[in-house]
Amino acid sequence: MNEILLRVVVGGVVVSAFSLLGDLLRPRTFAGLFGAAPSVALATLVLTVAKDGKAYASLEARSMVFGAVAFFFYASVVGRLLIRQHLPVLRVTSLAMLLWFVCAFGLCYAALGFGR
Amino acid sequence: MKIKIDTSGLTQSHWYQYLVRFVFGGAVTALAGIVAKQFGPVIGGLFLAFPAIFPATATLIESLEKEKIKRIGANGSLRGRTAAGIDAVGSSLGSIGLIVFAIAVWRIIPKSSLGIVLASATIAWFVVSVSLWELREILRRRARKNFLGGSTRCSLG
Repeated sequence: MNEILLRVVVGGVVVSAFSLLGDLLRPRTFAGLFGAAPSVALATLVLTVAKDGKAYASLEARSMVFGAVAFFFYASVVGRLLIRQHLPVLRVTSLAMLLWFVCAFGLCYAALGFGR
Repeated sequence: MKIKIDTSGLTQSHWYQYLVRFVFGGAVTALAGIVAKQFGPVIGGLFLAFPAIFPATATLIESLEKEKIKRIGANGSLRGRTAAGIDAVGSSLGSIGLIVFAIAVWRIIPKSSLGIVLASATIAWFVVSVSLWELREILRRRARKNFLGGSTRCSLG
């Protein structure tokens, strides 16, 4: 329970710091870079290395590559739908999460299987 | 285009919009740990690049832009959606930097201290993301210049 609480606080602080930085910067495309900052990874990896060691963190980082590729597809599709089709923001950004799941899990399964 | 700091968004935002991002950020960090514990690091690692606060940030941008347009008496829905979309384009460039971050951590972490690994991977994310953004700006400027040059030639001849 304590560990989960620690993760919530550390993750919340790091994620908020990066997104606040994004809020302050202009032009908008430059600020958008901070929407894909490694904030969750920074918070998680520090705690993971402390608890489970570097080999475990290395395996997590290897899978993160697939998550990041999925993030690229997610952000590209969301950007296109909002700029060209002007669809509602919350609906597009939430529904496109499905795309992230399909890409991330699909790529991971194709490259590694889930057991390795 | 010049990079600058604009604090106007901070004064227009509501405190709960920041609270939402804090909660989502914390929740995903906790979720990544729980998933890794339950299903192992291969599945848990995927969530280190989960776009958790993306919807919250995009709706915040949309509402700020809408508010700006509303003040001059127009409907800002279209502008709000476009602004959120432009932000997403920036995030797609940042996500390429995120891929580099992940590869750097994966390859270096077994050999170096955690501080050095995270610092160098974060610098790599920043350099790659900003370079791609700069490259995009150069290409856009060139395309605009060619387009204007072409249209001038057309109108002249």
